[in-house]
Amino acid sequence: MNFTFTEDQQMFAEAARSVLTAEVTSDRIRERWSTASGLDRSLLKQVQELGLPGMLVPEALGGLGLGQTDFVMMAQTCGYVACPEPIVEQVMVTAPLLVDVLDKGLGDGSVQTALDALQSGALVATGHPINPFINFAEQAEWFLLGHGEGLYLLPANAVTVKPSKSVDPSRRIAEVTFEATDAHCLAKGESGAALWRATLNRGALATAAQLVGLAQAMIDQSVRYTTDREQFGKAVGANQAVKHLLADVAVQIEYAKPVIYRAAYTAEISPTRADLAVSHAKVAAARAALLASRHCLQAHGAMGYTWECDLQIWVKRAWALAREWGDEGFHKNRIHEWLLRPNALLGPDLTFGRGSITDSVAA
Amino acid sequence: MDLRYTQEQIAFRDEVRSWLEANVPKTPLPSFDTAEGFEAHRAWERTLAQGNWGMVTWPEAFGGRGCDLLEWLIFEEEYYRAGAPLRVNQNGIFLLAPTLMEYGTEAQKARFIPAMAKGDEIWAQGWSEPNAGSDMAAIRCRAVRDGDDFVISGQKIWSTRAVYADWVFGLFRTDPASERHHGLSKILVPLNAEGITVRPIPQLNGLPGFAEIFFDEVRVPAFNLLGGEGEGWRIAMATAGFERGLMLRSPARFQQAAKRLVELYRSRSNEVLDPTIEDAVLRCYMDAEAYALSTYQTASLLCGGGSIGPEASCNKIFWSELDLLIHETAMKLLGARAEIEPQTAQEFVDLGTWLDGFMFAQSGPIYAGTNEIQRNIIAERMLGMPRK
Repeated sequence: MNFTFTEDQQMFAEAARSVLTAEVTSDRIRERWSTASGLDRSLLKQVQELGLPGMLVPEALGGLGLGQTDFVMMAQTCGYVACPEPIVEQVMVTAPLLVDVLDKGLGDGSVQTALDALQSGALVATGHPINPFINFAEQAEWFLLGHGEGLYLLPANAVTVKPSKSVDPSRRIAEVTFEATDAHCLAKGESGAALWRATLNRGALATAAQLVGLAQAMIDQSVRYTTDREQFGKAVGANQAVKHLLADVAVQIEYAKPVIYRAAYTAEISPTRADLAVSHAKVAAARAALLASRHCLQAHGAMGYTWECDLQIWVKRAWALAREWGDEGFHKNRIHEWLLRPNALLGPDLTFGRGSITDSVAA
Repeated sequence: MDLRYTQEQIAFRDEVRSWLEANVPKTPLPSFDTAEGFEAHRAWERTLAQGNWGMVTWPEAFGGRGCDLLEWLIFEEEYYRAGAPLRVNQNGIFLLAPTLMEYGTEAQKARFIPAMAKGDEIWAQGWSEPNAGSDMAAIRCRAVRDGDDFVISGQKIWSTRAVYADWVFGLFRTDPASERHHGLSKILVPLNAEGITVRPIPQLNGLPGFAEIFFDEVRVPAFNLLGGEGEGWRIAMATAGFERGLMLRSPARFQQAAKRLVELYRSRSNEVLDPTIEDAVLRCYMDAEAYALSTYQTASLLCGGGSIGPEASCNKIFWSELDLLIHETAMKLLGARAEIEPQTAQEFVDLGTWLDGFMFAQSGPIYAGTNEIQRNIIAERMLGMPRK
């Protein structure tokens, strides 16, 4: 039993953090808002050179062969800087799905082609049936899409993309439709359903990690603002009422993080048992991020309600991500269904499941 | 990161479980805030000590087992799972003992820890005074050095367990010219010393869970000074850290309560319920898990040689508000019958101890530093917001 990150994991996360905080600034995020693609291609190139897209891809397939717990802190950092590019989805959702498909020997050569494209910096979009739209669909070169329980892989020229405008100007969402033909089908029935189930957990986990990063960034901005801004001859942040708004958010973040790390570990070690851990992570992270959005906007006073104030970049991302990959209702219902089972493993001795069953005993 | 127990940890859990199954009283003990219940709980402490289970993290020489914090968590999980009695000596074993281990002399450890372990000496705490509550640095109760003794005069209040306890530890002003957090010392005082008057204060449930203590020229040997003279504030902050943090409220307590809440909820799920209950039950389950996970994270960090940062201040808010939500939700599930204070065996079966827990939960956000003070600490020390 050791619930800490290794030095390597921390160093890797630190390296990614220094790149992302230097490259993804609010000014440059705003520049993206007026471009056609909304993407910063130079950032995607840097990320590709660091090997991030293939971080969770086995070495035999050209990747770094690492796991979800190795990447989860980086996903948090992507949230912290409000990175518009769908890096986290590429690394944590799409690449593992393609690897799963290859592992099972499903599909034809196009699967390897799509995975190679992803590792070369191209966007490969995953359209899970739970999400009504795909972010940056217009920029994707390949699509993994669902129809019933089926999983399909299609090139961009085989799908129809219908964009909508997101409340978050950094997001470029679109509905994607396609004709489900056997030629593009990778898996059907239970095999397809199982792939989509694991993908849902990865997507929800990826989103949860970004949400706590967003919440932490909002707190940090609010501390700076309420320290600098003076009223009645003192910093507004010296008032208890303002302090308590931010302290409440800090508490929620503090208790969402270990839940997310447990979910990352569970999703990596035992994907079939990850539903509960992941749903808990998504609910806790969304709660922290939505509370941060409200309290931090309040702490900024009228400035928080302006287009000029950078806080909106994080607030609006939280509004969007809180509902992506299963909203609060979806995830709470998964937990509720489990809690109602008479054989649910509940209680102080079962935090990590049954300590005595073989698969949860350390060597 | 490896979230699996080792074979040794599993064996330890099995050993704890078997011992508790054989030894935990089959019927609940009376409240330790009654004379009868206090002695029954003292007897339970002696039973624990006989099995060397009194405080597993203590060295074997002091009646412990030299366990690390992860094993302590496992012990606590089994303890609450088994429904074992609350620890009447929690002021001693959870709050004073860690301070004694860190700041006490060898002679002091030998004098106080074995007696604490055996339940021979049960401890009360003496922090607050009538004009020093949340503002603890306003303490005025004085201890004047006189040869080899200190002579203590003044008053303490809200002293938990002081009505039936044997000893009290607290902060006293040893430098009469000092102000605020300077010139304070931590001193251990026997409650049967001449010049002490204990006046019980009935709590919300009518039982005297705390008391006022009046000191009238009470003479104690200088041996009872813990740490250096004038070092009291620093030492007290260490104790307050233990209290707010890991020791006093281990997550197992809330996980067990959340489990009981889920069982109560399942038993009523065919009834028409307040629609907010489902959400509250989910939140209680999730937050109890989150508190456990966070504690495992902290314990792992400490076991690996790391140290706790200012984020530990979040603990107290989180568990005390969770405890309130668990019991408020149980009250909602019990409906109008939640009002009944169980007297008969049937009433205990139907209503359990939810009302008692609900009343006690009201105190969580107040004791060990109110949650308002905790939020200030988080804002100033963890987030770095301006003090004034």
